[in-house]
Amino acid sequence: MPPVIMTVEDLDFYYGKKQVLFKVNIPIRERQITALIGPSGCGKSTFLRTLNRMNDVIEDTHYAGQILLEGEDILSSDIDVVALRQRVGMVFQRPTPFPMSIFDNVAFGPRINGLARGSALTELVERSLQRAALFDEVKDLLHQSAQALSGGQQQRLCIARVLAVEPEIVLMDEPCSALDPISTARIEELMIELKQEYTIVIVTHNMQQAARVSDETGFFLSGELIEFDSSKQMFTDPHDKRTEDYITGRFG
Amino acid sequence: MTRSLKTPKGWLHARRKMANRLLWVGAILATLIALVPLLMILTYLVVHGLPSLNLAFFTHLPKPVGEVGGGMANAIAGTLELIGLACLLGLPLGIMSGIFLSEFGNNRTGGIIRFLADVLASVPSIVIGIFVYTIVVLPMKHFSALAGGIALGIMMIPTVMRTTEEIVRLVPQSLRQSSLSLGVTQFRTTFSVVLLAARAGVITGVLLAIARIAGETAPLLFTAFGNRFWSYQLNQPIASLPKQIYNYAIAPYDDWHAQAWTGALVLVSLILILSVAARYATRGRYRIVR
Repeated sequence: MPPVIMTVEDLDFYYGKKQVLFKVNIPIRERQITALIGPSGCGKSTFLRTLNRMNDVIEDTHYAGQILLEGEDILSSDIDVVALRQRVGMVFQRPTPFPMSIFDNVAFGPRINGLARGSALTELVERSLQRAALFDEVKDLLHQSAQALSGGQQQRLCIARVLAVEPEIVLMDEPCSALDPISTARIEELMIELKQEYTIVIVTHNMQQAARVSDETGFFLSGELIEFDSSKQMFTDPHDKRTEDYITGRFG
Repeated sequence: MTRSLKTPKGWLHARRKMANRLLWVGAILATLIALVPLLMILTYLVVHGLPSLNLAFFTHLPKPVGEVGGGMANAIAGTLELIGLACLLGLPLGIMSGIFLSEFGNNRTGGIIRFLADVLASVPSIVIGIFVYTIVVLPMKHFSALAGGIALGIMMIPTVMRTTEEIVRLVPQSLRQSSLSLGVTQFRTTFSVVLLAARAGVITGVLLAIARIAGETAPLLFTAFGNRFWSYQLNQPIASLPKQIYNYAIAPYDDWHAQAWTGALVLVSLILILSVAARYATRGRYRIVR
């Protein structure tokens, strides 16, 4: 079992007075894919967003508990959130290319953070596009608008964009739900390749997807983590009855 | 017994049809009548203004009384300079406050600021002229292009602010969040991504604000004042198209009347070009990129 890179300890999360996450404890292991499943509204996306403090942009939210990334508690107030988000990147449900060329999209993060310049930047952009399995399709179009790409290509562009800032962990919030099955399959392949270098945490509505790609899976229900196990175990012989009901489709 | 679906006959139905038709005809008629003043203005402008429209108009200074010919070159240049000065004041303030309102203005403070901007937008332009007279012209002890530019700039601010706010608001949250999640600061997210996505709409707002101030006369009466000669210095009075048109129109000379019409034609054409350019900038959809 790979070492744990991020530990979530006793995490509670509140929108105003309403508590939506209850004492969640999860180990995220290095260089593998951890999937989070559960019915709509169970808090899995909210949970994912606490891992890179994206919930901070919403007003009136607060946490209890801690999340340790290599020993440091990322929920504490003296953490530089901007630096955190460089180490823990995120891909969203809908592809969101910036209104610039493909090259500028991928170069955006590194340019702003001064990670690379000139020819080093060009190499970084190429490498990121290759890692996102997009380079071959766009290598002659780098200076065209990113808007012209198809949905699946745009999502891979968003992945390349995140990879360009060289994160350790990549969070994916239902990355394939807006895509057709073929693009979905390509991105699933991509995830399996990426896990050789990056730690991936994916929220998905699609249980078959979780079963296909992930190494460990967590099942959320109404803000609680009901079960967390190796995916093989979870999808063949879950321990909790609620997990079994969800997986066999009795609800959700 | 089921009711038939066939169109009913009888006088009740005929009365409804008649009322429907009258309303239609009335609406179309009202529209045509509303267009009449506009069409008449355009016709007069072309008919009276075109004869004196020649190259000399754009290159020569006004001739002294009695001499025929001359042009409004200094007034045209003056209007352009005043617009430039107004933009220097109005654009940064208007765009920045528009961005502030859309990103951080969803609260009572924002509501108050919006209200004040709307009030400023409805202040009569002559009042703005008098205000700038008091704070700029009196201390400087003369009329000036600077004062004129400040007056027009003040008029630009609320328009630019409101259109910028509305267009920036349309940029989807998902774009902002994508940028933030790359480890980019709020500041860079707003300026390098959100504003970029909104640029077509912001430019439109600016062009429309310029079109509005280009024809303003009242605020220039006691600020820029007007000038019969070439002038570009900030601390000297400067000519402007609307002022020159006014001067010529109230004079007793036919030649000057003709030139006033030409000046009006040029002014309206300038505003028309700006408005068309604004439409061109947002052709197709409203150009907010997803």
